[in-house]
Amino acid sequence: MKHGTFSYLPPMTHEQLRRQVEYIVARGWNAALEHAAPEHATGTYWILWKLPMFGERSVERILAEAAACRKAHPAHLVRLIGYDNRRQTLGAALLVHHA
Amino acid sequence: MSQANTSAYAAGVKAYRQTYWEPDYRVRDTDLLACFKITPQAGVEREEAAAAVAAESSTGTWTTVWTDLLTDLEHYKGRAYRIEDVPGDPSCFYAFVAYPIDLFEEGSVVNVFTSLVGNVFGFKAIRALRLEDVRFPIAYVMTCGGPPHGIQVERDKMDKYGRPLLGCTIKPKLGLSAKNYGRAVYECLRGGLDFTKDDENVNSQPFMRWRDRFSYVMEAVKQAEAETGERKGHYLNVTAPTPEEMYRRAEFAKSLGAPIIMHDYLTGGFCANTGLANWCRENGVLLHIHRAMHAVIDRNPHHGIHFRVLTKALRLSGGDHLHTGTVVGKLEGDRQATLGWIDLLRERFVKEDRARGIFFDQDWGSMPGALAVASGGIHVWHMPALLAIFGDDAVFQFGGGTLGHPWGNAAGACANRVALEACVQARNEGRALEREGKDILLAAARSSPELKAAMETWKEIKFEFDVIDKLDRVSA
Repeated sequence: MKHGTFSYLPPMTHEQLRRQVEYIVARGWNAALEHAAPEHATGTYWILWKLPMFGERSVERILAEAAACRKAHPAHLVRLIGYDNRRQTLGAALLVHHA
Repeated sequence: MSQANTSAYAAGVKAYRQTYWEPDYRVRDTDLLACFKITPQAGVEREEAAAAVAAESSTGTWTTVWTDLLTDLEHYKGRAYRIEDVPGDPSCFYAFVAYPIDLFEEGSVVNVFTSLVGNVFGFKAIRALRLEDVRFPIAYVMTCGGPPHGIQVERDKMDKYGRPLLGCTIKPKLGLSAKNYGRAVYECLRGGLDFTKDDENVNSQPFMRWRDRFSYVMEAVKQAEAETGERKGHYLNVTAPTPEEMYRRAEFAKSLGAPIIMHDYLTGGFCANTGLANWCRENGVLLHIHRAMHAVIDRNPHHGIHFRVLTKALRLSGGDHLHTGTVVGKLEGDRQATLGWIDLLRERFVKEDRARGIFFDQDWGSMPGALAVASGGIHVWHMPALLAIFGDDAVFQFGGGTLGHPWGNAAGACANRVALEACVQARNEGRALEREGKDILLAAARSSPELKAAMETWKEIKFEFDVIDKLDRVSA
């Protein structure tokens, strides 16, 4: 099963993931995390991990939240989102944990 | 014996410029503005030619008629209000014409173009005429339906974010049976593409009737979705001989759960297209738009309609995708001009920018934008340039660049997807796609044998003919 953008590439290293988070922050998007059990992963709505990190500019804090979400839900898929509130779309959405 | 009993009416022919050339006219926000490139006959003055175009595309005819006096022509007439040189081409000039909004039926692309590019294009006083650009006032834009869904809604419906979408046109374009055709679709979609597409001339021929094609193709789409967990679609071409037949095919596509259908807006016509766009909006089906016949209309630099105008016509009439050329593939398309019309297709507000061939500010208000479709002779080596040129809100539409892979469609599709994702990753990391494209692709190919084989197959292919329709040079 595939899960969106970057699912045809090898899993990202921590450093590669950091670069994608930097991109989300640099575009002014709001980072957020969501997670789902693999059997529910094809639906539109995954479970939100806390609230989106509105206005968060720290790449480290975003990466730490991603790690916390993975740790709390090791059997779930975890996705990192960059909400583009100006255009009302997801500027970025990438899987950061493959159960 | 004279029948006239008024001195206000004199029969006969008077110079157009007396009525239709107004260099002091102040353009109104509600006016529809047009820029024509006029090549006059020898001996015809610019002002007279410009006024003639304004007259013939609005209220005027070749002679005075008494019924002119029953209305207020000052209110209804079009006016030529500005003339400019065409940089580097003394054979022609630009004429700007303002039309009052009352001249046009609301929400009718058909009516606007019947006036603007009607009889006037066969007019004897001009040797050639080209409609370069049109400013649609926001008041008129808001009377049109526009794209049935728009870019953001399509991304949500198809669950595709942070990258362009990938498509493939099924080949050979004519002659496959419905079942074999569905096979080609299935292989492409399970390999990693988001969409496949009917070729434009696939309608309902004897070798593959539309109903059979729709059924097999939708089975292929659903099976590929189940295998990959990703949402997929196939542009089912509902372009048909009559509107009634077009709607019949659209209804059947919807009954099969098709997320997207397709129409050819120029051969099908603006009337059919606008109706189909309304149907798509009401039925939640995305609409892909092909542009067969456009080059007949837009390729001659001195005569016809520029593609940027045809782009605006489509955005008003309605479509969620529009073919825009690739810049890099096998078909014509100047880079700066293409950047201009893809902005006109996608953005909320586009400023005048002569370097991109845009003559007017264009405000689209709340009208959704449509995805630009880059299609024609592209393959994995083009991916870095395509992403740099088009950005994310586009569909990269392959054909031979998927199906011609030595291991078949699924491997070709996988190669396309890996190449795209590698380029998106690199772009997000701040790398210069067009300069570092080769390194990016070579690195990605190390973990993708499909991409490696694709790069070996198409390495040498390039399309390097000069474009015929270049932008007029902008004077410094």
